[in-house]
Amino acid sequence: MLVTESDKIREDIRKLTETYGRDRSALMPILQEVQKKYCRISDIAMQEIADLLSIHPVEVYGVVSFYSFLDDKPKGRFIIRLCRTISCTMQGKARVAKQLENDLGVLFGQTTADGLFTLEWANCLGMCDQGPALLVNDQVFTQVTPDKVHDIIEGCRRSFAQHVSQKREEH
Amino acid sequence: MISSVDKTCPLTFASVDPDAALKAVVGKKRSEVLAEVAASGLKGRGGAGFPTSVKWNLAAAARGQEKFVICNADEGEPGTFKDRVILSDYADLVCAGMTAAAYAIGATRGIIYLRGEYTYLRPHLEDVLARRRGRSLLGPKILGKDGFDFDIEIRMGAGAYVCGEETALIESLEGNRGEPRNRPPFPVDTGFMSRPTAVNNVETLAWAACILANGAEWFKKHGTEKSTGLKLFSVSGDVERPGVYEFPLGITIAELLRHVGGENAKAAQIGGASGHCVPASQFERTIAFEDVPTGGSVIVFGPDRDMLEVAENFLEFFVEESCGQCTPCREGSRKLLEGVKMLRKGTCSMKYLRELCGLGQTMQLASKCGLGQSAPNALLSIVEHFKDDILGRTPQAV
Repeated sequence: MLVTESDKIREDIRKLTETYGRDRSALMPILQEVQKKYCRISDIAMQEIADLLSIHPVEVYGVVSFYSFLDDKPKGRFIIRLCRTISCTMQGKARVAKQLENDLGVLFGQTTADGLFTLEWANCLGMCDQGPALLVNDQVFTQVTPDKVHDIIEGCRRSFAQHVSQKREEH
Repeated sequence: MISSVDKTCPLTFASVDPDAALKAVVGKKRSEVLAEVAASGLKGRGGAGFPTSVKWNLAAAARGQEKFVICNADEGEPGTFKDRVILSDYADLVCAGMTAAAYAIGATRGIIYLRGEYTYLRPHLEDVLARRRGRSLLGPKILGKDGFDFDIEIRMGAGAYVCGEETALIESLEGNRGEPRNRPPFPVDTGFMSRPTAVNNVETLAWAACILANGAEWFKKHGTEKSTGLKLFSVSGDVERPGVYEFPLGITIAELLRHVGGENAKAAQIGGASGHCVPASQFERTIAFEDVPTGGSVIVFGPDRDMLEVAENFLEFFVEESCGQCTPCREGSRKLLEGVKMLRKGTCSMKYLRELCGLGQTMQLASKCGLGQSAPNALLSIVEHFKDDILGRTPQAV
């Protein structure tokens, strides 16, 4: 039987409710898992979560739209978040930002056409003694200089290529 | 992956055995644990400086079938990174502090609310929790004590600074937007799931464990009468040796700057974006709850820094992080940011600047939570101390 994307999302969410329960307090962890796997929380996902938690879908949307690490619109596989706080500014954040835009070919707030990278600002990453700092998904990079930007991006591309070839072998 | 950690001086936490703390706790009555913490004069290390013993006493006295201890690891104040260091290197001490709090107030469940930006710390923390369960330091009958059951789970934040405010944090845990609640009721009686809840900062819990291991008198050897003990500081900016430092409360700003190599600073932002900007002429002031309070953030500005750029950066932060619930904070932050942009362009009249300062004071009084109440602090202190820097500027290419 052909399994559609929405069937798959529904099944995943049902499994998540087995782990976290169907109480409202399970909402954040469920949303975080969906975000991690699908790089977004789609309308279908929000509807399904709302049904299983017995709340209105707009309640789910309200939460998704509040937190900057949750998105209803599709984001890149790698979200690069550069710290915009003053300590990182004083350590040369602006030039790192420019180089990120140059190397990715997108501006802050945008996603590359191949869907691989989203470039965003973040507030203080807690690396103020080792700035400029950025996050790539969960991984933190410190003392980033413009010439390191290329290596960071290529590292992401390599790990993605590896991930894809592994998936192919599995099938 | 755990990031490299810069510690620039030896920390007391390295010398305290978390197991000794917990053994001391279970050997005492609940009231004795509460009394020990009260005698130490420990105040909240997150920045607000609320006496820890008062919080624990209220939670202990509250009636409830189930009570919670929450560790606030939503370290988001710009310029603060000491909690990251504590969680990386002394997580056992934090867990011991949570367990002690649970014993004192009668809680059975603990939650570490870890900010989303620190997701890389989670595997390490899960390991620590698993090890503690294996050693009977968490779970049922802790250290063989009948009726002392307590376990800790980790829940993640999702990139919202306001969730560091304890009622917003609880809202987030309950699966809601992180909007602060009206207080009262306070979390100590109506907290997570409407149950009595003690919410404490990472560093506060670690110090509580130290106090229970070494005694209140040991803790009071340092600090001032109203601000007892040692405190961790996150130092960044124009200094020779940025990093995490431990100093007694009551230290003067000048002395702190000598230790970190920032003597020629023109100003220091104490307490992060929501703190105060102190000019060089006031560096003899002390860092303590009764003088210049801080959650530990010290950002140092050298002689060439543009203080308006600093104010603009902080206000952009508040515009973005305001939850939007109350008008003074939501609209006020925007108007102040517009004002700073006018100052940078050199188009702000003295009359308008006075109006902006009045608006800032209104925000301090009328905002619902600490975020809005402290959002204008940095700008107001910069306007007060650096008038020559900010008025009548000629437009620059920004």
